[in-house]
Amino acid sequence: MNAPILEVRNLRKYFPVRNLWKRRIGWLKALDDVSFDVQPGEILGIVGESGCGKSTLGKTLMGIHTATQGQVVFQGRDIAKLRPHQSRDLRQHLQYCYQDPGASLDPRWTIRASLHEPLIVHTALKEPEREQRVREILAAVGLPATHLDLYPHEISGGQQRRVGLARILTLKPSVVILDEPTSGLDVSVQAVILKLFLSLQQQFGLTYLFVSHDLSVVRMICDRVAVMYLGRVVEIGETAKVFHSPRHPYTQSLLAAIPKIGGPRVTDTFSLEGEPPSPTSLPSGCRFRTRCPKAQAICAERDPALRADWPGQAAACHFAE
Amino acid sequence: MDADLITVRDLRVSFASDAGIARVLDGVQCGIRAGEIRGLVGESGCGKTTLARAILGILPRNAARIDSGTVMFGGRNLLDLPEDRLAAEVRGREIAYIPQDPSTAFNPVFTIGTQIADLMRWKSPLARAANPPSGRARREADLARVIELLRLVQLPNPEALLRKYPHEVSGGQRQRLMIAMALLPEPKLVIADEPTTALDVTVQAQILKLLKQLARERNVAVLFTTHDLGAAYEICDRITVMYAGQEVEEAPVSEFFDRPSHPYTRKLLDSLPSAETGLRGIPGEIPRLIDPPAGCRFNPRCERASDLCRTDRPPPEPVSPGHMVRCHHRLTEFSA
Repeated sequence: MNAPILEVRNLRKYFPVRNLWKRRIGWLKALDDVSFDVQPGEILGIVGESGCGKSTLGKTLMGIHTATQGQVVFQGRDIAKLRPHQSRDLRQHLQYCYQDPGASLDPRWTIRASLHEPLIVHTALKEPEREQRVREILAAVGLPATHLDLYPHEISGGQQRRVGLARILTLKPSVVILDEPTSGLDVSVQAVILKLFLSLQQQFGLTYLFVSHDLSVVRMICDRVAVMYLGRVVEIGETAKVFHSPRHPYTQSLLAAIPKIGGPRVTDTFSLEGEPPSPTSLPSGCRFRTRCPKAQAICAERDPALRADWPGQAAACHFAE
Repeated sequence: MDADLITVRDLRVSFASDAGIARVLDGVQCGIRAGEIRGLVGESGCGKTTLARAILGILPRNAARIDSGTVMFGGRNLLDLPEDRLAAEVRGREIAYIPQDPSTAFNPVFTIGTQIADLMRWKSPLARAANPPSGRARREADLARVIELLRLVQLPNPEALLRKYPHEVSGGQRQRLMIAMALLPEPKLVIADEPTTALDVTVQAQILKLLKQLARERNVAVLFTTHDLGAAYEICDRITVMYAGQEVEEAPVSEFFDRPSHPYTRKLLDSLPSAETGLRGIPGEIPRLIDPPAGCRFNPRCERASDLCRTDRPPPEPVSPGHMVRCHHRLTEFSA
């Protein structure tokens, strides 16, 4: 194994919950002791249901939220506690891609102006060099150079998305955090966009953190996948292994809930009851125990740690086999 | 074969916009049988929501125009029915609606109980009874019905729930409430417009299971619009595919997935991420409805398209009993 490009160690992000008088009455534990490594060049999927903390994770890694506790080691330095102005040069190497990158374009700027801006902010490149870089990137995302003089409203939504991606890539980052990059897309368009992500990854040697709730997409493009439940990674491992033999009961339920065309109907077989409890009042011990079919007395007492008991796979469950 | 509960014939709806007139539905034919769960699938902009709303008579009045067509339901053409009779007799009574986003369907400043009581004041099945009880007796009977239905959709502690505000319950619970409210007036048809799109996959599985089970038990027909073919596979008896305002194929669920006959259906199935097919999208974009291609609207993206496809819309042709396709060059078993 190579040295990881990004190490996350015991990362916690708690949001205060306040009452009407602004007095703190509790904590919302959006991330509670999350640890994992990201290898250079891999695509790590982060999956889970809404409220599991997957978006908070992406934003905390970026420094959009400051971590409550823990470390994020990127290129040999801890970036979790950096103040916003200190992390500016970091942005060149670590980029965050919102759900619809096209929506972050300024409607009053031409595409050229939008693409030049990151280079003006972060680099000392001269105009002609910037222009050359911008044209390279635009070609890489599959858009003609004639688009440079257009405004965002003059191109289609799919093309705006590509421009947004180009904007992220102009700085040649090494890690890109993709936050729900395919939600809201039709399947026929989704496949095209996913292909684009893969080809850009090859071309620029990128590492992706692919945050998504869509398991079938994650299965297609991720090398490894981390499953989150209520602020905790409950299972992590190679995609093929996690999908083929999930160890954690939550992962098993999550996979069982995906409709499989041609297979048995999920509506006949699915058995998980209830919904996740509120992250402001977590159950004692294992946080999945309130819905877990395997739960026993020990689950209420001891919080299971992530056990790497299987080759290339780890799960946090007392009874995982 | 059962008679259709509702029959849509040659429905054309257009929307006026600054850029021109968009023909959002272009001669749609569709029949739903009593008690069947019918999937209406297609990508965004294909007209599935417009069709659902046209049936309910809730198209935006300032922009949408119904150019032609009929929607026959219980011997009446719903498109001819005056608004007050539609509201009093059909909408929310015989045809109920489950919206895509249950969080915006409630008024945030009233409790759930108040809002359901308000609904029952107008739409209670008791109001239609021969000699309806009045006043307090009616309210108590209605409340008992509501609580029974909330139990049926597996909401824990219904009495307490009625005193809560919409923001105090989760998305899955709100969608269960929506299903309960749709079923309260004992409708014959429920139009569910992308009811699980906003939900997580484990909650989606629970809601689909519930919807299917209740529709079967109560013999209610469901028109289930979705862009998620997996969800359609889960609960539908028959599936209609729409593309750019035209229906292109209609088939029983097993036929639909095993033997798609329209090139678009085939490509749509192939775009689903799967290990066998890899990542395959559909090249090109959905046509602009302001100036749509003539003939079959899929022709610019279709590799089988001929000159005929560019001039004439294909007529519906039967493939097998219950399986209809509109394509001049439909796929057969051997041409895959």
